[in-house]
Amino acid sequence: MDCPGATFSKGLAMTLLTTVYSFLYQFGDSFAYLTLSALGLAVIFGMMGVINLAHGEFVMCGAYVTILTAKAGVPLPLAMLTGALAAACVGAILEYLVVRHLYNRLFDSIVATWAVSLITQQAMLIFAGPSIEGLSTPFNSFELGDYSFSTYRALLPFFAIAVLAGLYLLFFRTNYGVYARATIQNAQMAKCLGLRTPRIYSMTFALGAGLAGLAGALYAPTITAVPTMGSSFIVPAFVTVVTGGANVLLGVLPAAGFLGLIQSGMTAAFGQLAGQIGLLITVIFVIRLLPMGMGHLFNRR
Amino acid sequence: MNKIRRMAIACAFTLPVAMSVMAVEPVKLGLLEDQSGNFSLAVIPKIHATQLAIDEINAKGGILGRPIKLIHYDTQSDNTKFQEFARRLIQTDKPEVIFGGFSSASREAIRPIMDKAKQLYFYNNQYEGGVCDSNVFVTGAVPEQQFSTLVPWLMEKYGKRVYTIAADYNFGQISAEWVRKIVKENGGTMAGEEFIPLSVNQFGQTIQNIQKAKPDFVMTLLVGNLQSAYFEQQAAANLNLPMGSSIQVGQAYEHKRFKPPALKNMYVTPNYIEEVDSPASNDFKKRFKAKYPNEPYISQEAANAYDAVYIYKAAAEKAKSTDMVAVRKALEGGGICTDGPQGKVCMDPKSHHMSHTIYLAHVQDDHSIKFPKVWNDIQPYWLGEAGCNLAVKADYSQYTPSNPPKK
Repeated sequence: MDCPGATFSKGLAMTLLTTVYSFLYQFGDSFAYLTLSALGLAVIFGMMGVINLAHGEFVMCGAYVTILTAKAGVPLPLAMLTGALAAACVGAILEYLVVRHLYNRLFDSIVATWAVSLITQQAMLIFAGPSIEGLSTPFNSFELGDYSFSTYRALLPFFAIAVLAGLYLLFFRTNYGVYARATIQNAQMAKCLGLRTPRIYSMTFALGAGLAGLAGALYAPTITAVPTMGSSFIVPAFVTVVTGGANVLLGVLPAAGFLGLIQSGMTAAFGQLAGQIGLLITVIFVIRLLPMGMGHLFNRR
Repeated sequence: MNKIRRMAIACAFTLPVAMSVMAVEPVKLGLLEDQSGNFSLAVIPKIHATQLAIDEINAKGGILGRPIKLIHYDTQSDNTKFQEFARRLIQTDKPEVIFGGFSSASREAIRPIMDKAKQLYFYNNQYEGGVCDSNVFVTGAVPEQQFSTLVPWLMEKYGKRVYTIAADYNFGQISAEWVRKIVKENGGTMAGEEFIPLSVNQFGQTIQNIQKAKPDFVMTLLVGNLQSAYFEQQAAANLNLPMGSSIQVGQAYEHKRFKPPALKNMYVTPNYIEEVDSPASNDFKKRFKAKYPNEPYISQEAANAYDAVYIYKAAAEKAKSTDMVAVRKALEGGGICTDGPQGKVCMDPKSHHMSHTIYLAHVQDDHSIKFPKVWNDIQPYWLGEAGCNLAVKADYSQYTPSNPPKK
C-alpha cells in the first residue's frame, strides 16, 4: 500500500541517512588516521620528552613487515601484530644504541633521530628497492544510497578507539603503567624508590615505536609501500601531538577528534587543499590560545 | 744550439701525444635526475636507460669519435637541488649538453638557468606540454599526443561525462585544462574536477565526490607515491569506474605495485611500456635486462631518456660538432630521427618536441596489459599550429590552450 507521499518521505529519510553516514565515515576516516599516526609520537614525546623524527620510519617498518609476512602466508591480523612487534623491537634497539645517550638533550635527540630517519630511508631504497607490491584491502565494500564504502576503512576508527582504550588500561591498570607514570612525574624520586628508570624508558620508547608500527600495519593494505612512506604520517602525527599537548590519552583523543572534524568538514566543503590548510591553521590557533595543548584543559590543577 | 735541438725533438715527441689526447676529449653529458626521494621510483629506470645508451654509443666509438662522459648529480626530488646542481654543472663542469628532470616543477625551476646560460637542455620526460623554448628539447610525449588519442576513444566507448582528479601543481593543472578542452571539443561535459595536493594519500572524500557526480569515466592525473594510494582505496570502496590517464602505469608502474584489481579498467596512452611486444621493444628489453637484470620495470620514461641520447648523437653528427649552437641549428634543420624502443621518432624543428608512437594500454583484471589500439607517428602538432616556431623565432615561454603564443 505505498502511497507516493510515503515513498517520497522514505526516499528523503534514506538520502538524509546517507548524507549523515557519509559525513560520519569521512570524519571517522580522518580521526583514525590522525589518532593512529600520532599515538606513537605522543607516547615518546609526552612521556619521555624526546622528539622522535624517526617516527615515520617505525611506521614504514610496521607496514613492510606486515606486507612481507602476509605475503609469506601469515593471516593478516597476525601479520599486523608481527609488524607492530617488529617496530617495537627496532625501537628498543634504537633506544639502546642512540636515544639512551641523549636524554635531556632535546636538540641533539632531534638531530640524531632525523639522521636515523634519512639513513633508514636511503638504505631501504638501496637494499629493498624503490617499492614492494602492496596488499589488497581486506573485507568488501558496502553500499548506502548512491555511495559505496570500504568496510575495512569504516572499521578503522573503531580500531583507533580500541588502541586508545588499550593504552588507558596499560597506563592505569598495570604495574608498568604505574611505574611509567611515576618515572614521568619525577624520575629522581622514582629512582630513589627503587624503580629502574632506564628500563622504564626503554620500554616506553619501544611502546611508542610499536604503536607507530601498528599504524603502519593497519594502513599497509591501503597505501603505497615505499621507503619514504613514513613521511606521510609525520605531518598528521606532529599536528595532532602539538594540538593535543604532552598528555598522551587526554591530548590525542580530543585533538584528533577536533582536527578530524575540521579536516573532514573543510575537505567536504572546499576540497582536499582546504582540508590540509584547515588542519595547519587550526594548529596555529591552538598553539596561540592553548600553548600547552588541548590536553591541558583536562588537567586537574 | 744543442738545447734548441733537444727542445725541438721533445716537441716533436709530445705534440702528437698532446694532439691525440685532445682528439679523445670526451663529450660531457650532464644529467640531473632524482636518484633518491619521492620520485626516485619512477626516475631510476631513466638513469639506467641513459647509462645504457651512453655505454652502447661509447662501445661503438662515441659521438664524432669522442666518448661520452656522464656527469650525474642526484637531485633528490628537490627543486632547489635541481637549481643548485644545474648551476654547478654549467659553471664548473661545463657540459656540452644537459639531460634530465622528472617533475614539471623541477623543469620549470631550472629552465630559466638553462636559458640564462644558453645551455642546450633535453627534458627527457612526458609532461603537460606547451614549453616553447629555444634552449630546450623535449623527448617525452605531451597532451596533444596522449589526450587527443585517449579522451575521444574513452568518450566513444564509455560516455561523455568525465571527472578529472589531478595533482595540484603545474603538471596537473595544465593537463586538466587539456582534458577539459578535448572533452568540450568532442561534445562532452565535465562532471567534476578536483585538484589534490601532493601530500595527500587519503581519498575518502574524493571517492564520494566522484560517486555523487556519476561520471562515465575518471581521468586520473595523480603524481608521486602518496597519491598512488588512490587506486587501492577506490577499489576497496568499489567505485568501479573506467579510468584514463597520461602518466599512470607508464611512469610508476602502479599495475605492478598494487595487488589486482586495484587498477582494473585503467586506460593509458604511453609512448612506450615494457609490455609492448615488437622487435624493437624486445631487443631494447633484452639489452636493458642484460645490463640491469633487477630493474623492476622498463617504463615510458626509460624509453624517452634512451631516445634522447640518440637524438643528441644524431644532431651532433649532422652538425659535425658538439658546439651547442651548431647542434641546435642541426636539430632545427629537421630530419633528426632515431629508431628507438617505440620505433622511429623524429624531432619537430618548430616546437622542439618529438613525434611518438602512442599505445593505448588497457589494464586487465589481473593487471596484465592489452593494447586495443596503436596510433603511429603522432605529431606534437599544437605548439606549431598555435604559432611557436623556434627555428625562425626565439622564445622562452610555456603556453597552454588558454594562454597560446601571441601571433
